[in-house]
Parts: sequence; C-alpha cells; structure tokens
Amino acid sequence: MNRVIELSDIRRVFTMGDQQFAALKGVSFSVSPGEFVAIMGASGSGKSTCMNVLGCLDRPTSGSYLLDGVDVGGMDGDQLAEIRNRKLGFVFQGFNLLARTPAVENVELPLIYAGVHPRDRRSRAMVALEMVGLSGKENNHPSQLSGGQQQRVAIARALVNQPAVILADEPTGNLDSSTSEEIMNLFTSLNRQGITIIMVTHEADVAAYAGRRMTFKDGLIIDDTN
Amino acid sequence: MDFYQTLKIALRALRTNKMRSFLTMLGIIIGIAAVIAMMAVGAGARHVISQQIASIGSNIILVLPGSTTSGGLRTGSGGAQTLTSDDVRAIMGECPSVEMAAPTTRSSALLVSGNMNWSTVVMGTTPELFAIREWGVAAGRSMEQQDVDSAAKVCLMGQTVAENLFGSEDPVGKIIRIKKVPFTVIGLLDRKGQSPQGQDQDDAVFVPLRTAQRNLVRTQTPNSVGAVMVKARNEALLGKAEEEIQSLLNQRHRITNGKEADYSTRNLSEILAVAEQSSRAMSLLLGAVASISLVVGGIGIMNIMLVSVTERTREIGIRMAIGARKGDILLQFLTEAVLLTMIGGVTGIVLGAAGATVVSSILSWPTLISVESISIAFFFSALVGIFFGFYPARKAASLNPIDALRYE
Ligand SMILES: Nc1ncnc2c1ncn2[C@@H]1O[C@H](COP(=O)(O)OP(=O)(O)OP(=O)(O)O)[C@@H](O)[C@H]1O
Ligand SMILES: [Mg+2]
Repeated sequence: MNRVIELSDIRRVFTMGDQQFAALKGVSFSVSPGEFVAIMGASGSGKSTCMNVLGCLDRPTSGSYLLDGVDVGGMDGDQLAEIRNRKLGFVFQGFNLLARTPAVENVELPLIYAGVHPRDRRSRAMVALEMVGLSGKENNHPSQLSGGQQQRVAIARALVNQPAVILADEPTGNLDSSTSEEIMNLFTSLNRQGITIIMVTHEADVAAYAGRRMTFKDGLIIDDTN
Repeated sequence: MDFYQTLKIALRALRTNKMRSFLTMLGIIIGIAAVIAMMAVGAGARHVISQQIASIGSNIILVLPGSTTSGGLRTGSGGAQTLTSDDVRAIMGECPSVEMAAPTTRSSALLVSGNMNWSTVVMGTTPELFAIREWGVAAGRSMEQQDVDSAAKVCLMGQTVAENLFGSEDPVGKIIRIKKVPFTVIGLLDRKGQSPQGQDQDDAVFVPLRTAQRNLVRTQTPNSVGAVMVKARNEALLGKAEEEIQSLLNQRHRITNGKEADYSTRNLSEILAVAEQSSRAMSLLLGAVASISLVVGGIGIMNIMLVSVTERTREIGIRMAIGARKGDILLQFLTEAVLLTMIGGVTGIVLGAAGATVVSSILSWPTLISVESISIAFFFSALVGIFFGFYPARKAASLNPIDALRYE
C-alpha cells in the first residue's frame, strides 16, 4: 500500500550554546492517503517539533522523511517552498493570517506563489471560502472576523491549492467548545473528500473526531491506536 | 508571483505606514530635487556662457603687444606698443590661414554731448573688426575703409554709451566731443551684452584707426597699434593660423631662440575652455552635494527597510510557510525600497523643476530643465532603491521559515 507520509527514525536536536536538547528521539510512523490522525501528548513532548518537520518548515537532525514517496531530505529551500505550496496545507493555532488584508486575499496567497492566473485565483479562493462557510465575509479583514471565522479563513487558505495533506497544530486551541465543534466538523467533511489530515490537539473530545490517535512522550511515540 | 501582485503588496505596505514612508522618502526627494535644480542652473549657465562666447565672434586669435604675461587676458592694454599697422598688413597678406585681421588702439576718454558726459573706452580700429566680431549696426552705417584712409572724425557708438549720452534719442548724425575733438556719430551698434569676463561690450565707441592714432592715443611711432584681432579661415585652421602669425612676427621682430617675444597670441577657444572648466567645476561641486544627500537618503531607506523586515518577520514566515520562495521575498522587499525611492524621485523631479523655475523668474537667472536630467534623476533614484534596498531584502529572504514564524 502506498503511503503519503513515511517518517523513519526522525531525530531533532536543538543546540543552545553548549547545551543540547533532543526534542525528537527517533520517531517513525507512516500515514496512508485519506487518514485522519490526531497527535496528543503532554506539553513539551515534541508534537509541534514533529509537525514542523512534517510541514517541511524545519529539517530533522537525522532520519528520513518521504512525502508522496519522495525524499525531502535532499531538497533545497526553493524546492521545499514548492512542496509546502503544492502538497501541504497548514492551519496554525494562532491562525497566522496577514493583517489588514481581506479574507479572500489571504486565501489567494498560496495561489499567488503557485503562479495561478489572477482570474482563476479569485474564483478558486471564493470556492474555498464557500467550502468553509464564509461566503459574504470575503472582504473582511482578520480584525473584522471572530476567532472561529479567522480559523476558517486559515483552513480555506490551507485547502485552496488542493493539497494532499493538511497539517493542523492545535487548530482549536484558541477557540471555545462550540466553535471547536464547527471546525472539527469542517475537518471531518474535508477528510471525507479524501484529504489526509494530521492534527495536534490536547483535548480528547477533539481527538475523538480522528480515526487514528498517536501519543507523544518525551520525543517518542508511546501509543498509536486506530 | 506576478509583478502586478508584488507591486500591490509593496504599495499596501507603504500605505500602512504613510508618515514613515513619507519621512523616509524625504531624503530622496531633497536629493533628487537638488540634482534637478543643480542641472537646470548648470545648463542655464552653460547656455549663457556659450552665448557670450558666440558674441565675441568665432575662430578668433588675439595678438597682444608687450611681453608675454601668463595668467589673465589683458585685451589691448599692452604696456609696450610693439605692434604696428605694418605688422597687421603683413599678417593679412602673408598668413594663408588667416581670413582677416583688425588692429585696435584703446584709450579711455570723456565723451561730451551738450550737457551730458560719459567716460568710456574709445577703440581705434578698421572695418574688419566688425566683420570679425559679426557686429552689425542697429541704426546708421558701419565703418568703411575710406573713413580710415581719410582719418575721418566719425564714430560708431555702443548701446550703453548711447543710452547714457542721448537717452532714447537716436544718436546717428549727432556731434560728440571725444577728448574735446568733435566727432560725428555715423552708426549705433547692435547690442552685444556681457563678455565672458563680465565686461559690458556695449560700453565703448569705435573710431577709425588712423583718427585714433592722430588725435586720441599718444603713440611712440605714428602707426603703432594695440591688440590685433585675427580671424582664422575656419576652426580647424585656428592652431595653424596662430603658428603662422607667430613665425611671421618672430621674423619681423627679429626674435630668435632664447629671446623673449615682444608680443603674445591668445586663442579664444582657450577662454572658452576656461569658462567651460569653471562651469564644470561648479556642476561637479553641486553634483557632489546632491549625491551626498542621495546617499544619506539611501541610508535612511536602508534603515527603515531593516526595521520593516524585523517588524514583518512573522508575515515573512507566513508567506514562506505557504510557498513563497526566497526570490519572492527578496523581490517583494526590493520592490518596496525601489518604490519608495522612485516615488521620492518623481516628487523630487517635480519639486526641483518647480524650484528652478521659481529661481529663474525671481533672480532672472537662466535655467534649463532637460529631458536628459530628468531621466538621469529618475534612473538614479531607482538605483539608490536597488542598492540600499538589497541588503534588507536579502536579510528578509534568508530567514528560516520556522524561525520567522516563531518570531514574537
Ligand atoms: N527552537 C528551539 N530551541 C530549543 N528548544 C526547543 C526549540 N523548539 C522546541 N524546543 C524544545 O523542544 C521541546 C518540544 O517542544 P514542542 O514545541 O515540540 O512541544 P509541544 O509538544 O508542541 O508542546 P505544546 O503542547 O506545549 O505545544 C520542548 O522542550 C522545547 O523546549
Ligand atoms: Mg506545540
């Protein structure tokens, strides 16, 4: 069976002055297309570090990472930028939208860097906003949107370029429980359309939406249940 | 990423901090305005100088009596009267590169007409002078060879003299006294304006050479003359004509090697070169001032761009996380810097042109704003943006995506 993600023996060691700290101590797992994975674990256990490696934002100290069967370890900065642009979609805990920029333009950003023609850009961004239920809010700036709406803009931005995988690091961390539920329903429906989702969360009821749950402890996976 | 989008992002960033953008531009605005104003004034000055040079006449060589004095040009006031009418005739007859030559004598005299008087320069000369200097008459007639031959007591009057003796009245046909000798005014000369040395060329009267020699100048020999003005056949023959005159005069005056010549020659293109040199030195100085202010402005741009990169580290991280390449980020910040300097540049061009126009109308100082100077200013403002924007832009582009995203 083909794997969309294959991590083997990933280590990530941070060096601060003469001190070294291993945030990931040999993490191996693989994810099949269409899976919905929740990553849990105590604070400081290495979840975000692992997500950053998965998202090609950070390079592991050692180990190999195959994305869609391609080893990303040997790629240069611009190749990684293209991978992030075309294969991956990010949703951050803090939304990370551009301030003073209308929602629709935030959603268009990945398409701009992908070189999509301006005419198609706007229509595709509008479709993505419609998918997350934000039609009519496309001209609002982030400061004119609620937290849940901002996160939905971020999700629209993550899925607008039709990525294979959406990576979400505590997507509901800043939201109340009913808004969290809306976001999770959105993820569930995206997952049903075939998008692979990997999500970090602290909350068991949020993790319950996922089909597979992994638990991190001190830089290692201690539990992986379907 | 397409260019239009890059431009839009840069414009939005500049609009977000309007005041800061404006203050940053100010250095460039001032620098470019200075460049434009400087070039306008410089071009105006050069135009005036070339007009003045043209007013003397073209392809002219001066032969001055007396021993050579280096330094300033002493037209006609040679200490010793070493040149004669015969020398002039020889120059005309024996130097093939010479088209014509005009001797002059020069003296100061008090002119009296009725109850008006005016002290000015009286030049004794021949009709050739007016041909050499391309100087026509505004009224009456010019000097003729017959006036010289008969030592007629007639004179040609410069505009300034006419104004001071006769006001707006026509001087032609009037009688004036020069050193108490009565002269008939036969013509009023065209206006010439200032010479490159700043003298008023219209403040003079001209009388036939022989009349001057007999009545006005105390000469050692009856036919000695002061400065001789020579016109070469064309510009290419200017140097040749000068050599011919020198060898002729050396022979006539028995000047052999080692003996100092009792005359000197001066080529008017040398004066032109001096005038041009000083105007170029002036431009260079102003140019240096302008480029210093451009450099200072550019450093201001660099400073603000560095601040901007730091402030927007998180934005850079977001853009990188969703697929911006190094080149995209570099271009974005470079565009922003170039936009700053180009808007500043265009504003500076407008202000500089306006300033030059105001200066020229208030001080009646000639200015010329050329397309060339505008395009140079525009080009330079863009260059300053690229030069000083490059370092901050590269700093932004070389950020690590994860570090940029984590930046607080
Ligand atoms: N850039 C860094 N430099 C040094 N140490 C780091 C760096 N990033 C993370 N760490 C360390 O690595 C460990 C794992 O951090 P990580 O952010 O992955 O935790 P986490 O599991 O996401 O925690 P949380 O649930 O609180 O978000 C922590 O002990 C942290 O101090
Ligand atoms: Mg974390």
